[in-house]
Amino acid sequence: MTDAPIRSILATDCGSTTSKAILIELTDEGYRLAVRGEAPTTVEKPFDDVTVGVVNAVTEVAELAGRKLIGDDGLIITPQQGDEGVDLYLSTSSAGGGLQMLVAGVVRNMTAESAERAALGAGAIVMDVLASNDKRQPHEQISRIRHLRPDMILLSGGVDGGTTSHVAELAELVGAADPKPRLGSNYRLPVVYAGNVQAREAVRDALDDKTALSVVDNLRPTLDEENLDPARDQIHDLFMEHVMAQAPGYDKLKSWTSAPVMPTPGAVGAIIQTIASQRGISVLGVDIGGATTDVFSVFQGKFNRTVSANLGMSYSVSNVLATTGLENVLRWVPFDIDESELRNRIKNKMVRPTTIPSLLRDLQVEQAIAREALRLSLIQHKEFATELKGMRQARDISEAFTQSGSGSTLVDMMSLDLLVGSGGVLSHAPRRVQAALMLIDAFEPEGVTTLAVDSIFMMPQLGVLASIHEEAATQVFERDCLVMLGACIAPVARGKVKAGRSLARVELKLADGAQTFEIEPGSLQRITAALDTKVSARITPAKNVDVGAGPGQARTVELDGGEVGILLDGRGRPIDMPTDSAARIAAIETWSKNLTLYPTR
Amino acid sequence: MGHAYTPGLKVSAAAEFTRSRILPIPGDVLVSLGDETTPDTVVARALLPGNVTTQNIARQLGIAPADLDDMLVVKEGDDVTTGEVIAKSKGIFGMFKQEVTSPATGIFESYSRVSGQAIFREPPIPVEVKAYVAGKVTEVMPELGVDVTATGTMVQGIFGIGPETGGPIVVATEDVAVELTPEMIHPQHKGAIVVGGARAPLATLRHAVEVGVAAIVTGGIDAADLKELLGFDLGVAITGNEDVGLTLVVTEGFGSLAMSQKTFTLLSRAAGQVASVSGATQIRAGVMRPEVLIPGDIAAIEETAVDSGLMDIGSSVRIIRDPHFGSLASVIELPPEPAALDTEAAVRILTVTLPSGERVTLPRANVELVDEAL
Repeated sequence: MTDAPIRSILATDCGSTTSKAILIELTDEGYRLAVRGEAPTTVEKPFDDVTVGVVNAVTEVAELAGRKLIGDDGLIITPQQGDEGVDLYLSTSSAGGGLQMLVAGVVRNMTAESAERAALGAGAIVMDVLASNDKRQPHEQISRIRHLRPDMILLSGGVDGGTTSHVAELAELVGAADPKPRLGSNYRLPVVYAGNVQAREAVRDALDDKTALSVVDNLRPTLDEENLDPARDQIHDLFMEHVMAQAPGYDKLKSWTSAPVMPTPGAVGAIIQTIASQRGISVLGVDIGGATTDVFSVFQGKFNRTVSANLGMSYSVSNVLATTGLENVLRWVPFDIDESELRNRIKNKMVRPTTIPSLLRDLQVEQAIAREALRLSLIQHKEFATELKGMRQARDISEAFTQSGSGSTLVDMMSLDLLVGSGGVLSHAPRRVQAALMLIDAFEPEGVTTLAVDSIFMMPQLGVLASIHEEAATQVFERDCLVMLGACIAPVARGKVKAGRSLARVELKLADGAQTFEIEPGSLQRITAALDTKVSARITPAKNVDVGAGPGQARTVELDGGEVGILLDGRGRPIDMPTDSAARIAAIETWSKNLTLYPTR
Repeated sequence: MGHAYTPGLKVSAAAEFTRSRILPIPGDVLVSLGDETTPDTVVARALLPGNVTTQNIARQLGIAPADLDDMLVVKEGDDVTTGEVIAKSKGIFGMFKQEVTSPATGIFESYSRVSGQAIFREPPIPVEVKAYVAGKVTEVMPELGVDVTATGTMVQGIFGIGPETGGPIVVATEDVAVELTPEMIHPQHKGAIVVGGARAPLATLRHAVEVGVAAIVTGGIDAADLKELLGFDLGVAITGNEDVGLTLVVTEGFGSLAMSQKTFTLLSRAAGQVASVSGATQIRAGVMRPEVLIPGDIAAIEETAVDSGLMDIGSSVRIIRDPHFGSLASVIELPPEPAALDTEAAVRILTVTLPSGERVTLPRANVELVDEAL
C-alpha cells in the first residue's frame, strides 16, 4: 500500500444464504459507513459462482451510492479513479458451510483443548476433537477421521520437550485413516502440525506422503502458556489456498480482493479483540444465525470463541427445541399455545428457513426460541472459555477455598462491561428493547452492563478491515456498526435478602434532573436515557446484594444511554420465573408493559 | 425492483433430470457414455480400504520401539491372519520369551519405530453405486462415477426421510385434502410408492411399514408423529440415511396440509409407472430436497416460472407460513418499498388475492412461486 490515505473501502461478507456489501468512505468525520447492500449467495446451482452474488450485492451498493463500482469488464474497480471504484476491496466468507476442521491433541483438556481454541479462534467449525485419552479405541478414531472428511486437520500434542510417542501415535492414526478432503478429491488434505517440536520428524514421517503437511510453532509450548497465533495464521493461509480454492468462484474472488479472504467468524473475533484491547474492557459478543450461534468473549484480556453448531433460528431452530425442551421455550411465551401446533410451526420454519413472522404471536414465539438458543450457547461458551487446564498456579487462600483458578471459567457476568448481540433475530427485532430483553433474559448480565447490537451485522467486514486498516475499522465500528441500546443494572443476591425490601437504590443524574429508583424483587423497569449521553448513577445495594462492588457495597458508575435507555432488572439471577402458567403470563405482561416491549392492539 | 427472487420446489410433467452417481473414493466405472440404465444398474464400483486395527507391539513386548525390527517375524505388507504370531522377543537366556499375535486378518501395513504402534488393515470393502433412475449415461467421470439423465415427471418435496428406493406409483386418496388412513393401505401396496393427500398420521406410516410399502408421498406430517417414527426429535433437516422401514416424502410441510393440486395431478397421471424416490433432504448450503422421479416420454422440456425464479404481477404463489399457510394466491401488487407488518418489522411485502377473493398483504419471504398450470 502507498502512503496516500485510503479514500474508500468496499467490503463483502459471503454468508451461506446472503452476501452483504458495505461501502466505507473517508469523510470530514473520519471513516463512515456510506451505504450497504445485499443479495442471495450464489455458490449453488444454477450459478455455482460466489462472485455472482457479490456483484449483485455490490451493484445494489453502487446504485444506492450513485457511484460506479464495477467496471465494464465485470470487475470491481480498484483503486478509486475519480468518483469511480474503491481503494480497497475486502471480503470474508462462510459460504459453502464455512471451514470445517478436525483437531487432535494428546490430552483432551490440555493440548487438544488448546488446539480446539486455535481452530475456533481462526473461525472454524470443529467437527471433532481427537485425543489420546478420549476413551475411543484407535480403530474408532481412525474410522471417525475417515468418516468426517474435514477441510483441514490441526494436530497438536505435547509441550516442547514432552511426549513424542503419543504425538507420533496420533499422526500415525491420521496417516492410517488417509483422510480425504470434503471438497474436491484432487488435492491433498491440509494438515497443520503445532505440537512438540521434538516430534516434528515423527509427524513428517507419518504424514508427509499422505497429506499437505505444514509445521508451525507449538500452540502449547509449556503447560502454562498458549501460543495460538502461528496455528491460527496458518489455518487462515491454508483456508485461502486450499479450501476456498475448491469452492465455486473463489479463485475469482481471491483475485479481486486487496487482502486475503477471511472466514467470517475469524473476522468477527478480530474486531472484538481489537475493541476490547483498545478500550481495556471485557466484551461478550454473540452472533445468532440461521444454523449456528457463535459466542465471542474477551475476559481478562483472553479471547475465546465457541460455535454452537446446531443452535440457530432457521436451519437449526428445531434443534433448539429438541435440546432445551418445550417447557423452556414456553416459559418465555406470553400466551398459551397448543404443543402440537408449536412443534409443527417450528419444524415448518426449519424446512422453509427464509420465512419471517408476520403476526405478533409468531414473533413472540421466535423470540422465545432465540432466548433459549442464546442461553444454551452461553452455557457452552462458559464451559469452554476457561483458564488453561493443567496450569501450575500459585493460589491464595481464598482461591483454594473457592477452587477457582486452573480450568475455571473466564466468563464472569459481573465483570462484563459490554454485551453485543448480532444476527437477524436481534439486529432486526422490530423494537430495540426486544433485542435488549432477549440478551438480558438469555445471558443474565449481572451488576452493570452496557448493551449494544450490531445493526446490520457489519462485524465480519470490519474484522477483515481491522487486519489491514485498524483505524478505519474501529471508527466505523464505533460510529456506525454498534447501536447502543443502553445499560442494564441487575443486582444479585449473595445471601439471604430481607423479604419485601428493595434490592438496590439507584440515583440517576438524568437530563431532566436527579431521580431515585428502587429495584424491587421481581421488577423490571425502563428509564429513558438518550443515545450518546452518559448518565451518572449511584447504586446502593441492600445487605447481601451485589452490584459489582461486593455484597452491600455501593458504587458510582457512568452509564451509557441508548435507544432503549437504562433497564433496572430486579428479577434475580438466575431469573426467577413464576412456574404457574397464569402467574408467568401475568408477570411477562407486566414486564412487557413496563418496557413497552410489544405493540398493544 | 418489480420482481423478487424466490426459489421454489420443482414440480414438472416435463423435466430433464440428471443425477450424479459418484463413488466415495476412486474406483471403476462399469458403464459407458450413452448406455441405458435401469434403477438397479450398477454403474460404478470401488474397494474401500479395509478397517484399520492398531496394536502397540513394542509396549506388549516390553521393549523400546527402535528395537522392534529384530523382533518382527513378518514384514510390512505381509498378509496376516488373526492369531498369527507377528513378533517374538528373544527373552533372557532363551527363557521368558514373549509373542505378539495379529489382532486381525488382512495386511500388516506398517509399524512405527517412534511409537511402537503397528497398523493392520482388513481386506477392502466393496461398494457399488447404482443408477437410481432409468435413463442414459450422459457423462462419465473416469474412476469416479457417471451422470445419469432422464426426462419425465419430477416432483420435489419440502422434506423427507429415508434412502433411495423405487416402485410403482399408487394413488390412495381421491383428493388432495383427504388424509391417508391405515385402511387405504393394502397388502398389494408392498413395494409401491403410495401417494396420499393432506397428511399421513403415525398409524398410517406404521401400517405402511408393516405392509412393506417402499415410500409414502404425502402433503403433511405432524412433527410429533415424525418424532415417534424416528425415535428422536429431528433437530436439523439433514436426512436420507434413516432406517424406519420406508422412505417418506412430504410435499408441503408439517401439519395437515393439502397436497398441491399440481403435484397430486402429476402423480395421479403417473399411477402404475415406476418411480425413483429419495427422502434425502439437506436444508443448508448445498440444498437438497426429497424427490419423486418418473422417467417417461415428454414432448419438450418445460421451463417453469419456478426455474426462472422471477416473481411479477400475476404470478401464482403459495403462502408458506401462517396466516393462510398452504393457500394458493395471485400476486397483485409488488411495492418496492418496505412496509410494516403486524409485528412492526419493516420488510418487503406483496399483496395477493386468495381464491376466496380476499386481499392479503404478506412478507415476500413468506410466499414461493408455483406454476399450477399443467
